[in-house]
Amino acid sequence: MAKVSMTVNGKAASGEVEGRTLLSSFLRDTLRLTGTHVGCDTSQCGACVVHVDGKAVKSCTMLALEAEGAEVATIEGQANADGSLNVIQQAFQDHHGLQCGFCTPGMVMSAAALLKDNPKPSEQEVRDYLEGNLCRCTGYHNIVKAIMAASGQDVSSIAAE
Amino acid sequence: MYEFEFVKPATVAEAVAALAEEDAQALGGGQTLIPTLKQRLAMPSKLVSLTGIPQLKEIGDNDGVLTIGGAVTHAAVAEAAADSYPALADLASHIGDPAVRNRGTIGGSLANNDPAACYPAAALGSGATIVTNRREITADEYFRGLFETALEEGEIITAVRFPVPEKANYQKFLQPASRFALVGVFVAKYAAGVRVAVTGASEEGVFRWREAEAALDASFAPDALDGHSVDAAGMIGDLHGTREYRAHLVKVMAKRAVAAA
Ligand SMILES: Cc1cc2nc3c(=O)[nH]c(=O)nc-3n(C[C@H](O)[C@H](O)[C@H](O)COP(=O)(O)OP(=O)(O)OC[C@H]3O[C@@H](n4cnc5c(N)ncnc54)[C@H](O)[C@@H]3O)c2cc1C
Ligand code: FES
Ligand code: FES
Repeated sequence: MAKVSMTVNGKAASGEVEGRTLLSSFLRDTLRLTGTHVGCDTSQCGACVVHVDGKAVKSCTMLALEAEGAEVATIEGQANADGSLNVIQQAFQDHHGLQCGFCTPGMVMSAAALLKDNPKPSEQEVRDYLEGNLCRCTGYHNIVKAIMAASGQDVSSIAAE
Repeated sequence: MYEFEFVKPATVAEAVAALAEEDAQALGGGQTLIPTLKQRLAMPSKLVSLTGIPQLKEIGDNDGVLTIGGAVTHAAVAEAAADSYPALADLASHIGDPAVRNRGTIGGSLANNDPAACYPAAALGSGATIVTNRREITADEYFRGLFETALEEGEIITAVRFPVPEKANYQKFLQPASRFALVGVFVAKYAAGVRVAVTGASEEGVFRWREAEAALDASFAPDALDGHSVDAAGMIGDLHGTREYRAHLVKVMAKRAVAAA
């Protein structure tokens, strides 16, 4: 076992892990931050997306020890300081961007990464960016709509609800 | 995953020393190796991370040669090569998805040499040089078949040098489930001649389509490929596409790459 320390959602976090412990396992099992979902565990679905030093990564495909000293952001840190939903989360609710909600943490974290680099993406750019985030429920249209709305753009012309 | 020890050295020399141990293996972005370990298809005793070595993250642009460190991510290549080598940047920006591109590295991709991977086509199509801690290997020498390369035990890719062509383009026919190339063709035009490298198609891995190179040397236009074809024997045939289909796609993608270059 080895000690790993990182900052998670602005707070110092540390724990004992094995070489093979995944970042997703460290977040979920050690820190009990179970908002990060593991949908496939084969690097395909994106439910486990978190930010490491500001970049979206699949936490099921990164070793916890690789995140030593890093700034990690998870879905638990996304809400506003007063506990209300942030702009992206609220837009997912307003535009019915989720059904079962399993993919949603990864979707929101990917959306946040996209909007940080590209504050006004086109619909196609949103769809391209979500290439690695799979949703089995919504058919994606309302997720795309929610992200476009969160970026402050008019979504009245985007595919029907 | 079987258990292993994890180390993250800060220099190439330390990494090379750690890799000298029996059953030690390099870890780049882990986007291929971690899924492989999860399936218990590999059993290293020690993983030596290359992501903490500043030298392997350098990118340099000198006299028409773009040099990319072995641990540079696909996302960083997409950004850094946008002006100097747009076709390479475009290829990097369409590997997998954004999260894969934020971790996966050029060294890991070339060391793995997946028959459907994108970078092997860029390296072979550009006549790149693979630089390791021991030597320099030309792309023509480097690729040795499916998942096979000239790399020896414990040898690491420290950089890749790409001569920048007059024009180039990569056309990837997406295999939508894996997000790899069903067939990908990289075409690059240099003063010394045209190079055409094909990935995803052959049972032997990435290859140069020399007949197309000769035709394009004579005339760099899509029609120059009319009347030329690759032999379906030796192409990959699987549930995603037959041999004949892949052979056909090679020509279609090559023409599109020439048109777009
Ligand atoms: C969902 C998904 C989609 C993908 N789509 C594509 C795609 O469209 N096109 C494509 O080309 N690839 C694709 N990939 C693969 C991706 O590009 C990987 O990042 C890449 O193949 C391996 O790079 P890595 O840095 O992650 O290497 P790792 O997984 O860390 O290592 C792979 C192998 O290379 C060795 N290695 C790593 N770095 C070095 C080095 N510097 N020197 C010597 N050996 C080294 C390791 O020991 C290991 O054997 C995809 C992967 C995923 C998960
Ligand atoms: S759980 Fe990580 S990509 Fe599916
Ligand atoms: S809402 Fe159910 S998987 Fe996306």
